[in-house]
Amino acid sequence: MRVCGRVLTLATVAAACLLAEPAPSLAVDSQFVGLMPYRTGPYAPNGIPFADGVADYLQLINVRDGGINGVPISTEECDTSYNTDRGVECYERLKNKGATGSAAFIPLSTGITYALIERAAVDKVPLLTTGYGRTAGGDGRVFPYVFTLPDSYWSGADVAITYVAQQMGGFDKLKGKKIAFVYHDSPYGKEPIPVFEALAAKYGFQLSNFPVAHPGLEQKAVWLRIGRQLRPDWTIMWGWGVMNSTAIKEAAAVGYNMEHFLGVWWSGAEPDVIPAGDAAKGYKALAFHAPGADFKVIQDVEKFLYAAGKGTGDKNNVGTVLYNRGIFNSVVLVEAIRNAMNKFGNKPMTGEQIQWGFENLDMTSEKLASLGLAGFMQPFKITCADHEASVPVRVQQWDGKQWTFVSDWIQPDRSLIRPMIEAAAEQYAKEKNITPRDCK
Amino acid sequence: MFYREAGQFKVSYAADQAIFPIRQDQIGMAMILAVAYVVMPVAGSEYWLETIMIPFLVFSLAAIGLNILTGYAGQLSLGTGAFMACGAFAAYKLTTAFPDLNIIVALLLSGVAAAAVGIVFGLPSLRIKGFYLAVATLAAQFFLIWLFAKVPWFTNYSASGVISAPPRAVVGELYVTGVHATPQARYLFCLTLVAVLALLAKNMVRSSIGRQWMAIRDMDIAAEIIGIRPLRTKLSAFAISSFYCGVAGALWAFFYTGTVEPGAFDINRSFQILYMIIIGGLGSILGAFLGAGFIVLLPIVLSRLPLMLGLPISTATISHIEVMVFGTLIVFFLIVEPHGLARLWRIFKEKLRLWPFPY
Repeated sequence: MRVCGRVLTLATVAAACLLAEPAPSLAVDSQFVGLMPYRTGPYAPNGIPFADGVADYLQLINVRDGGINGVPISTEECDTSYNTDRGVECYERLKNKGATGSAAFIPLSTGITYALIERAAVDKVPLLTTGYGRTAGGDGRVFPYVFTLPDSYWSGADVAITYVAQQMGGFDKLKGKKIAFVYHDSPYGKEPIPVFEALAAKYGFQLSNFPVAHPGLEQKAVWLRIGRQLRPDWTIMWGWGVMNSTAIKEAAAVGYNMEHFLGVWWSGAEPDVIPAGDAAKGYKALAFHAPGADFKVIQDVEKFLYAAGKGTGDKNNVGTVLYNRGIFNSVVLVEAIRNAMNKFGNKPMTGEQIQWGFENLDMTSEKLASLGLAGFMQPFKITCADHEASVPVRVQQWDGKQWTFVSDWIQPDRSLIRPMIEAAAEQYAKEKNITPRDCK
Repeated sequence: MFYREAGQFKVSYAADQAIFPIRQDQIGMAMILAVAYVVMPVAGSEYWLETIMIPFLVFSLAAIGLNILTGYAGQLSLGTGAFMACGAFAAYKLTTAFPDLNIIVALLLSGVAAAAVGIVFGLPSLRIKGFYLAVATLAAQFFLIWLFAKVPWFTNYSASGVISAPPRAVVGELYVTGVHATPQARYLFCLTLVAVLALLAKNMVRSSIGRQWMAIRDMDIAAEIIGIRPLRTKLSAFAISSFYCGVAGALWAFFYTGTVEPGAFDINRSFQILYMIIIGGLGSILGAFLGAGFIVLLPIVLSRLPLMLGLPISTATISHIEVMVFGTLIVFFLIVEPHGLARLWRIFKEKLRLWPFPY
């Protein structure tokens, strides 16, 4: 029993330690960025390259440029394991750290995003959800602190159908065709369904939905129905993590044509296709930015960080799709902070000032090129009302070794999506008694 | 020396049967309540109230619910998460369908809805026992979560299948949910609700109904022979247990995360609460609190410890160490004291009575 007593004492001491806030080891005049990646848990293979990209670019800014406008960046990571309640804990833990609190949050989880939207608005911290999260967040009048740039799932869904129509030879050819939609049965996978339904009604194709339960290892029944019974002309997938490679393997097992299998941008990275081996050849996915290491910024990362032994993670991840997306997230965040500093002065910015920085973000081709991202993606501009921008999206194909673009840039149909986003945002505003901002 | 009841004479049955018959316990309890009601809201940071105390209270309530069913009535259940989901979705439907309904009434009604579902899924317990019953409640777990994800009516036809708590006030402008609610208001509301329900549970298990549950748990045939009706006893345990879990689920959705998807109440949630009552102590209300504290607080302490000690460990390693240390501690406690933390506390009190002159 004596051992027990000691253990209890230890536990008490540990709990007491928790009460005492740790002494701030961060320099007072640095810009703090709280990171909430997932390097563990079921989605870690996809979470790690993304987190490395985010961390590496912030580190690069410190090493190469001496910070943003001379203000160094300090970071702290809190692992969420893609778990919503842990994400909320991480958010609360990090939001008030540093001189001015966390600059913004990048949850990389639609579930966590949903849980943070209200909190972020109260705490005045921007949420950067690039290509995921709540689509209605693109309406800046109702969601001032949510940024769904550069594209939402609804834009993605529209581009997917446009690409399918292009392959068939026109929108009129969609009539009577069968399209299967395989999705992660979570807020993430359900999000694009309204747009698919609207498009199915507009063009007259037949849409069949196939939910796959978390984490997506069990898909035999789904693919037997798709491959043997339904035999759709095209299959579109909204998957994440191990669900993607499983789907590709199962699709190959029922002999489904990979050329007619199109994933969203979260289903088109190396960890999704490499485990499936040769079966993945010909598989396609959407992309709003380019893969590969042929960009000056990536070469800088290799030169300044990995060559000097300062890289965050595995060097082999540098230049992969999700790593580059991590870089993109940090680039946007850093430019928003820089925008804010140019207006409010070169000191650590508060979330409210960075929100202004985001809303005045104009990523022109010249700016992208000056950041070392020439040809990385299409230019975009964020405004007070429009937090999404809807940049053109391309389709990339896996040839067994690397991703290559197989389509031109396809512009999402804003005339269709924007009214839907505004209607969804207005409904949210009504439910929550929010008066939309005036963005005139 | 400090913990000795010598000299404390009881002059009435009521005094003798009190929940805390010993003065030291009464003082201790009063101090805990004082800390919970006065010190925490004043001194606790937003982080403490929002992300440590509220989940702790919610899980304690759910653990009390499962403890009534498994610890007191002996019916093994793996459907806790589903009953929590029932409460959360019922509370959402009630508050959105009847915006004028008081939040307290809505929470209690959502508990009642969960209780009704609990009774339905408790019916098999009359025929099957032990592990087989666990499998039957597993059916409830998967069926109900599937139902909430499948039928859009439950989420008011939200595209993503996520429900989100509307702002509601207890009285006037005193908001306890939604963006205008202060952490203090949320915390005090949860604390009061959990304290009242825990007191109720404590009294239930000390009264006739609790004794019937324990009789069924210890030997159902003997209990039947001495006149305890298994149908009513088992179903009442299911109903009351589900009521507690339902209220806990509603609190989770409305007071902690604010938004919730059916996936938040998956099988892992059920296991988590089962671990709480096993670690805390089966058949003990105190054990529910201790177990919830252990399971909620320890991972957070473990994940923050390396950073506080200034150890340069990568985020991934911290997470891995956290899982390993947590697992080891669970095994350690189960070997050292299979009856849980509540039992450890009792032994500690016994020791304290003899201190400093043990035999």
